[in-house]
Amino acid sequence: MSDITANSPPVAAGSPPRSAPITAVGPIAWLRTNLFSGWLSTAVTLVLGYLVIRAVMGFVDWAFINAIWSVPVAPNGQAQTQACRELQGSGACWAVVTEKHRFMLFGTYPYEQHWRPALVCILFVALYIVSALKRFWNWTLVPIWIGTLTAIGVLMWGGLFGLPYVPQERWGGLPITLILATFGLAFAFPLSILVALGRRSSLPAIKVLCILYVELIRGVPLISLLFMASVMFPLFLPEGMNIDKLLRAQIAIILFAGAYLAEVVRAGLQALPKGQYEAADAMGLSYWQKTGLIILPQALRTVIPPLVNTFIGFFKDTSLVLIIGIFDLLTAGKTAIVEPSWQGFGIEVYVFVGSIYLVFCFAMSKYSAGLESDLNRHRRR
Amino acid sequence: MTQTSRSTFLRAIGAALIAGAVSAPALAQQPAAGGSSPTVDAIRARGTLICGVNTGLAGFAQPDSQGVWRGFDVDYCRAVAIALFNDPDKVRFVPTTAQNRFTALQSGEVDMLSRNTTWTLSRDTSLGFDFTGINFYDGQGFMVKASLGVRSARELNGATICVQPGTTTEQNLTDWARASRIQFQPVVIERLEEVVNAYLSGRCDAYTTDVSGLAATRAVQARPADHVILPEVISKEPLGPLVRHGDQRFADLVRWVHFGLITAEELAITSQNIGQAANDARPDVQRLIGRSGDLGRMLGVDNAFMVNIVSRLGNYGQIFERNLVPIGIQRGPNALWTTAGGLQYAPPFR
Amino acid sequence: MSDTTVDPRYRRKPPKRPLRLSWADERVRGIVWQILVVGAIGSVIWWLWSNTVHNLEVRRIATGFGFLNREAGLPIAESLIEYDPTHTYFRALLVGVLNTLKVAVVGIVLATILGTLIGIARLSKNYLVAKLSAFYVEVIRDLPLLLQLLFWYTILQGLPGPRQALQPIEGVFLSNRGMKMPALVWENAHTAAMVAFVAGIVLTWLYARQARAKQMADGQPRKVWPAAVALMAGLPVLTWQVMGAPWEIDWPALRGFNFRGGMNISPEYAALLIGLVTYTAGFIAEVVRAGILSVNQGQWEAAQALGLRHGSVLRLIVMPQALRVIIPPMTSNYLNLTKNSSLAVAIGYQDIVSIANTTLNQTGQAIEGIAIIMAVYLSISLSISLFMNWYNAKIALVER
Repeated sequence: MSDITANSPPVAAGSPPRSAPITAVGPIAWLRTNLFSGWLSTAVTLVLGYLVIRAVMGFVDWAFINAIWSVPVAPNGQAQTQACRELQGSGACWAVVTEKHRFMLFGTYPYEQHWRPALVCILFVALYIVSALKRFWNWTLVPIWIGTLTAIGVLMWGGLFGLPYVPQERWGGLPITLILATFGLAFAFPLSILVALGRRSSLPAIKVLCILYVELIRGVPLISLLFMASVMFPLFLPEGMNIDKLLRAQIAIILFAGAYLAEVVRAGLQALPKGQYEAADAMGLSYWQKTGLIILPQALRTVIPPLVNTFIGFFKDTSLVLIIGIFDLLTAGKTAIVEPSWQGFGIEVYVFVGSIYLVFCFAMSKYSAGLESDLNRHRRR
Repeated sequence: MTQTSRSTFLRAIGAALIAGAVSAPALAQQPAAGGSSPTVDAIRARGTLICGVNTGLAGFAQPDSQGVWRGFDVDYCRAVAIALFNDPDKVRFVPTTAQNRFTALQSGEVDMLSRNTTWTLSRDTSLGFDFTGINFYDGQGFMVKASLGVRSARELNGATICVQPGTTTEQNLTDWARASRIQFQPVVIERLEEVVNAYLSGRCDAYTTDVSGLAATRAVQARPADHVILPEVISKEPLGPLVRHGDQRFADLVRWVHFGLITAEELAITSQNIGQAANDARPDVQRLIGRSGDLGRMLGVDNAFMVNIVSRLGNYGQIFERNLVPIGIQRGPNALWTTAGGLQYAPPFR
Repeated sequence: MSDTTVDPRYRRKPPKRPLRLSWADERVRGIVWQILVVGAIGSVIWWLWSNTVHNLEVRRIATGFGFLNREAGLPIAESLIEYDPTHTYFRALLVGVLNTLKVAVVGIVLATILGTLIGIARLSKNYLVAKLSAFYVEVIRDLPLLLQLLFWYTILQGLPGPRQALQPIEGVFLSNRGMKMPALVWENAHTAAMVAFVAGIVLTWLYARQARAKQMADGQPRKVWPAAVALMAGLPVLTWQVMGAPWEIDWPALRGFNFRGGMNISPEYAALLIGLVTYTAGFIAEVVRAGILSVNQGQWEAAQALGLRHGSVLRLIVMPQALRVIIPPMTSNYLNLTKNSSLAVAIGYQDIVSIANTTLNQTGQAIEGIAIIMAVYLSISLSISLFMNWYNAKIALVER
């Protein structure tokens, strides 16, 4: 190629450089190549374009133009939702969100203490951001996680530093979702490393146990584990000893997450070249030295994108605790519309709750995709 | 013995100890001491009553916009908390589903269940519970849209009927359909709100549940007259609080809190006039407010426990008025026997 | 692997060291560790088990599966086999298993089709198509499935009632009672035609195999499709004709409260199916996209140089290679769809979880109920895994 350009005649002095024809560059060319490159493509573009515009306009009408943002509340505390009902679905009744958003976000937590779960949510987000920074991808992350999770526990329970004690039954909403997902990951991750190592172990009994655990858990739906936590766990414990419902659900989620993460970690272990193991053996390192110093640091780095994806899955799956009556975000949203005057505004509540999930999951999946292309940069041509 | 083999031996012993510690709690279990009430002792030691309630049923148990639990069943929990601690807030509410409510009570996760639960023989015996009274007489009925023109449940042959699973409601429905030779198409949905939506949207022709629930659903509709509750009541649903079998003293307390609330209504003692009750010459009133006799102490609580309860929550009628009348449930069979010929009746409070 | 390539030194096994009872011996350490771990886990399980037995005794809960023969008394809205509340719990649970399979099998097929289409659409040259597919995949994957199911169910309930049912095609009624369609009145002739059809598939497969073997021998391609049409379409039609060609259609008609006759797709089933298919398709699309991208660019160029059209390149060259990358993650998506079908309990479709749940609630047999749920899903998962592993091994690249 370079020869040709070098030999091409020089542009005559004086004549201004001509820009490419308008059909080859610029927005029109872009449109031609990307939207109207043939009769089929043109037809598809027109049909889809029409549908998209119709859908967007319909949504804007419903969500903004015809929407009602608040309704009067009678002195006895009953909301007057007649105006909303007269819309007959032509507009959204965001009044349900205006009125109930604090309940949906924080559940039955004492109203005047709502700053505490709010702060907890911020702490969780900060924890995610810190964990996402490559600068912190080393052992300092462990004390950071332990410290933050302890602070979250103190804030939620209280009873220390002059904070009034709030029993666990009163927690609810978004903090529960974040707690179930994050504590689930925090405990499932070490478990999954042990299981993944065990599954690759040369000791037959340990290997069989790990395989059994992983395959059994992965073979059944999370719901059945949650039912088990809800109705069977109490039978497992000695009389008089019982652990509360949230903790039982948390244990079920940890066991569930542990099995899935173990497979992710195992993939990372398998991807590591055999030479690394042999070199470590040749240096005379013991099994735990080899694992802790050579194998895991390399293996875990490569599995971070699938790890984030698995975490997104758990984050969404925590919504299943609805079925055993724990007040997570989705349950709180559904309970908010039990009150007679608010019955029938499910769509608005689902949109509100859905957008919260969407924000969290979208941020994480974008991050994971960016990370993946970052880690794969060396593979690209 | 070489150095290495000794350390092997020590590690083995350590491991054995760990394994032993894991199984030790099984041995540490002891049966509860008889005589006193282990439940009440545990509640007092903990400082709060733990009460199992519905996850959300309008009028009976539901958190309001600020997250405070309100409702008829909730007030019964609060009444017991007041009897024990003289504080309506010393109670934790554990939302339970139709499915895990019994496990929660059996395992001791909750002290009592106040969750619109029907008293049946098998629940009383084989599940190991004690029902402490009937605070709400209910029965299963049907609601249809007025536009269907149905006047009797017997006309429902071929209809689609919405029902919640896992409760006595579902079994009553099939029993009734068999007895009256009616074919129906069920739609079985677990969550109350979903099942109501299914009925309202026309997914079902009829919705069956306790009449109180039907009335509550009907009352909140934009035009209640569009919905008709059919005259047939196909079952008896006596609802009330329940506790674990075996702790009779706690069962007595819960039972007499309920009877105390009814007695207060029978004597026309309300939250407004209980301040002047001390001046009431009637011996029944004096006993109720604990100025004569030792009734409270017999139950193991403060002698003035009914004063504390009624002054904060009101009597049975007031609790009913506050929670259930606004959602469209009338006293009906739950009126007092003594004045209105209803079913609510308290044994002598003496 | 001829003998000459193996270094003779490696053919002898290393000498066995005698087992020394010392911590320094790796094998002793291994045995001790295993005994410890198994012992610890065993004692925990034993502890839990003894507690359970004690608790069951205290609560007077009878164990065992005897309850399966009792009368169920629970109404079930839709079932593939005959059922009414007088049947036993066992039959009720069987109905549940069949309902789960019904949604899982149909869901897997539809999700694969939709997911593949969207995955290919994401790579489309048309900007709008590519971006819309990307948007779809992103949104669907970032919302909890439970939320989506509730959403779909709410939407389907918004359809008009049976008396105002939409009638998109003559005889098809769309209402909030579901979709009613005309159905064929099933007779023996139809069963025979079905059997003939299956036989036709088997014969076609045998014929195709033979044709391929002959092509391998003499290099002449042979047409398979005339035989396929004859065997798969002709044979059943012939059978049906011979048996008297019964053809009676059961048209749905509004009688009383509901449509009678015809076949019905209930809103619960439809909502679950739509939710599962759209959700899983979002994941399958990503798998398909990654699979297509994994095929070397040179393969595209070489195929185009041979004069194949875009569609043919995709179908004949790229997809067969992409399949090797696609199949393993596809398996886990199929498993996920099957397991996610358990969310049916939230929207009133009576699958195995919903029915087992009601059963354990009515009988108090919590352990048995959950054991049944787990056993059912484990066997379904295992069957899907086995089938997909077999298929994966079949299409795997055969390397020398």
